[in-house]
Order: sequence, then structure tokens, then C-alpha cells
Amino acid sequence: MAEQASERGRGAQWQHLDLRRINWSWLGTVPFFLFACAFLVLPSASLVIGSFQDNEGNFTLQNIADLGQPSILNAYLLSVQVSGVTALLGTLVGGLLAWAMVLGRLPRFVRAFLIPFSGVASNFAGVPLAFAFIATLGRVGFVTVLLKNLGFDLYDQGFNLYSFWGLSATYLYFQIPLVVLILTPAFEALRPQWREAAESLGASGGYYWRSVALPILTPALLSTVVLLFGNAFGAYATAYALTGGSLNIVPIMIGAQIQGDILHNPNLGYALAFGMMVIMTLVLALYSWLQRRSARWLQ
Amino acid sequence: MKKRSSLVAWLFIIVGTSYFLLPLIATFLFSLRAKKDTLGFTAYQRVFADSSFYETFLFSALMALLTIIASLLLLVPTVYWAYLRHPRLHRLIELVSLMPFVIPPIVLVFGLIKSYSRSPVILVQNRGLLIAGYMVLTLPYMYRAIDAGLRATNVKTLTEAAQSLGAGWPRIIWQVIVPNVRGALVNGAFLTFATVLGELTLAQYLAWPAFGPYLARISQNKAYEPAALTIISFALTWVIFGVVLLVNSKDQQQTQFGGTH
Repeated sequence: MAEQASERGRGAQWQHLDLRRINWSWLGTVPFFLFACAFLVLPSASLVIGSFQDNEGNFTLQNIADLGQPSILNAYLLSVQVSGVTALLGTLVGGLLAWAMVLGRLPRFVRAFLIPFSGVASNFAGVPLAFAFIATLGRVGFVTVLLKNLGFDLYDQGFNLYSFWGLSATYLYFQIPLVVLILTPAFEALRPQWREAAESLGASGGYYWRSVALPILTPALLSTVVLLFGNAFGAYATAYALTGGSLNIVPIMIGAQIQGDILHNPNLGYALAFGMMVIMTLVLALYSWLQRRSARWLQ
Repeated sequence: MKKRSSLVAWLFIIVGTSYFLLPLIATFLFSLRAKKDTLGFTAYQRVFADSSFYETFLFSALMALLTIIASLLLLVPTVYWAYLRHPRLHRLIELVSLMPFVIPPIVLVFGLIKSYSRSPVILVQNRGLLIAGYMVLTLPYMYRAIDAGLRATNVKTLTEAAQSLGAGWPRIIWQVIVPNVRGALVNGAFLTFATVLGELTLAQYLAWPAFGPYLARISQNKAYEPAALTIISFALTWVIFGVVLLVNSKDQQQTQFGGTH
């Protein structure tokens, strides 16, 4: 306090120095915040505001209430299901792969191949990924024909690439490698001493995993699930290229709304996007909370 | 005990790897069958003979390059400045750079169209808006790369040393700071390049003749060319990540991965 007072006193003495005394250094970050306002805050805020307005621009909650109509609710449900299933399955399969790679006593080349491959595969998405799956599991795809020649008709058994499980199988192609990349450090952080200590106290392998390793890994596993959920929930290009818009998930519905106002109400379209932002915000909040918890262990 | 766990591990790796390799093998075999009853590279020849392949590819590559340049020009001085003078603003910048995670590409393009297709500011036909959108899309990766690079560098000492030798701000950033974080910048730049090159959502709804929409159009109208293009795209992704890994192994940094789907 005393220091501040004397500062002020000096400022009054040399008034021509006043401008210099103010901390102007924040000016250096102005371009960044201007950019963020123009292309991040403004577009999202305009969608949020639009979802609380009627066609005349008056305040209304009708659009939010209309999100409850069956077709929209089903789209949200399908989106949540695809994201949830691929997040859980992806974490399970990717976790097993990471475990096998780190703790399976495999030769080094497995890891030398799997890590860069995971980097590439987790970025291999959109149209090329969709087409790769059409060539594999489509009606005349490689695996479909192969199985048919062996006497097993996938499509007669109810499988369809352009449906829920088809889309999920395709999403897993970029979900699983992402898990491998995220969980490899987590498995590496499990110290061999912990296992030795457990074993020297008479614990079996199963007991060690249940009581020591899994509780340590749990925050990392949960945050992976949440990250994958968000990753799948926002995905548009892969779904669009695969189903061409026939599978009604939220991103596809928003795309159709941009192109041709399929809801016959622009403001309901904004509400649709607003709902997506709300879910993604919840996902991010949950993720950062879990991250902070797992960071305590994995140092 | 040791032998058994290794066997199970092998099993997981083999099953997992075949899930990843099968679609690639299937696509590759399919791409070779463009001519009846023979295997050959006809589909690839047709792709490379198509002028819109080059036009759209070059357009997207140019957009990616401009996005990288604009992002670096905006972010490097900002993050550097925050490190040097404003540790408190640093938190805010970090928060803003996480925002794109909350706004999926389809929502971002929706918001951009809503905000910039009416007066007073009409930008939807300006390619600057596409680049700005791409900058937003890749902001989290770019920010993280730059932040990690600067965190590992002693920004204050370097700046003071440069200042005491009489260097001005542009010179400090360009000749002192940038060379110290080059590895991190290359990392962020290539991730941005990989993301923008095949990007579909923004390019499609802002109606630009980019590589992503081209791939989508071809895969709806042709049979064998999209298979060839898929293989080409996969190879391109490998090349891009090969460079990232090479740079990182030199710099001993942790690689980060990410992108939009």
C-alpha cells in the first residue's frame, strides 16, 4: 500500500510521465484478442443469440423447447450413441493395444511401427477413410465378398455399413490410434516396483491389476473416454462421406440446415448448433477436471 | 507366466493391426482393378491426368500455407509477449485457444456464415474468411506447439541478452526467439498442413474449390479413382508425419497429434 501511494505521489510530481507509468504492454496481445473476437466469439455468440430469438428477433425459448421434437431428439440420441460406443470401445481396444505394446514384452519394432502408424491413422479421416471402409465393408467390399465366398453374408445378417454400426466401425479407425497415443505414456508410468511390491506381499497378477494398476489408471482412462466422445461428437466429414446424409446425426442435420433450411426455421437451426456447443462444453469441462486428477499420478 | 502374457500381447497386436491394415489392403486392391480382368495402375493414371486434381490440391496447399503463415505471425509474438510481460494474460490466451474444441467445424462454419453473409461485413466470398476459419480450427494445436516451445526456452534471459546487445523487437523475435523454438513451430505447421489439406466442412459450405470437396465429389461419381485417391491421401499423411517425427527426434520433443474428422 505504502509503495503504491508513493508511486502515485511521484506520478503527480512528474505529470508528463503519466502515460509511461500506465502499463501499456497488454497492447501487444490486442491483435490476438481481436482475431478471437471476430472469428471465434462473434460467430458462436451469434448462434447462441439466434437460438433465443424468433423470426422477428424477439426473445423466445420456443427454439430450445423445439429441440425436444422427435426427429431432433433422435439425432442427438444417435450422435450420443455413436460417440459413446466408439469412445468406450475405442478406449477398451486402444488400451489393450497400448498395454500389449508397453507391458507385453514384445520386440522393439512393434512399438517403432505402432506409434507412428497411430499418429497417421488418428489423422486419417474424412472422405478417404469413408472410402476405405466402403471398399472393405461396403456391399461389394473386400471383406464382404470374402466372407460371402466363405458362406457368410454380412448384409443378410443385418449389417449395413451406412448405419449405426457401420459408422461406429469407421470412427473406431481414428479413435483407437488416438487412445494408443494417449495411453502409452500412462502405461509407461506404471512403475515395475509397484508390481514387485504387490507380488512380494503375496498379491496375484489379477489382484495387482484390480487393486493397484487400475485405480491409478482410472483417471487417465476416463479422460480418454471423454476426449474420444468429443472427438466423435463433432465429426462431420467422415459421416457425410460415408452415408451422404442418410444417417441422421446432429452434424449432418446442421449441414442440411445450412444448405437448405430443412427445419423450415433458421432459429431452430441455431438452437441445434447451440445444443452441440453445450454438450462439447460439458465434455471439455469434464475432461480438464479429470486431467487435473490424473496429472497427480502420472508425473 | 512371462511367456503367456507375451502370447496374449501378440494376439492383441495382430488382431488390432489387421483391423488397421485390412481397409488399406482392400482399398489398394480395389484401386488396381480399374481395367477389367487385369490389375494395373489405370485408376492412378486417370487421377493424375485430371486437371482438377492438381487445381484443387494446389488451392488447398496454398490455403494451408497461408494459414500457417498467418497463424505464426499472430501467435508467436502474442504468446512470446504474454510470457515476457503478462503471465496473467497467459491464462486467458490459453483458455481462448481451447475454445475451438467446443465449436466443431460444422458449427464454426454455420456461425461464420451467419455472421459474415449480411451487411455490414460481408466476407463469405472472401478467401480470407476461409483462412481465418482454418486458423481457428488449428488454433489449439498451433498454440500448444508454440507454448511448449517457449516454455522450454528461457524467454526472459534471451530477450534481455538481445536487448543489451542493442537488438530491436522484430530482430529479437525473428533472430533470437524463432530459431530457439523452430522444432515446435515445424511441428505445429505440419499438423496444420495435414488438417487443412483434406479439410471438407469449411471448404464445402464456404463453396471453395478445395481438395476435400473434390475428394467428396469424386467418391460419389466414380468407382476406382476414389480408391486411388484414398491411397494417395494415406501416403501423403505418412509423408507429413514422417517429417514431424524426423524433426521431433532431432529436437527430443514429444510429438503431438490431432486433427479434425
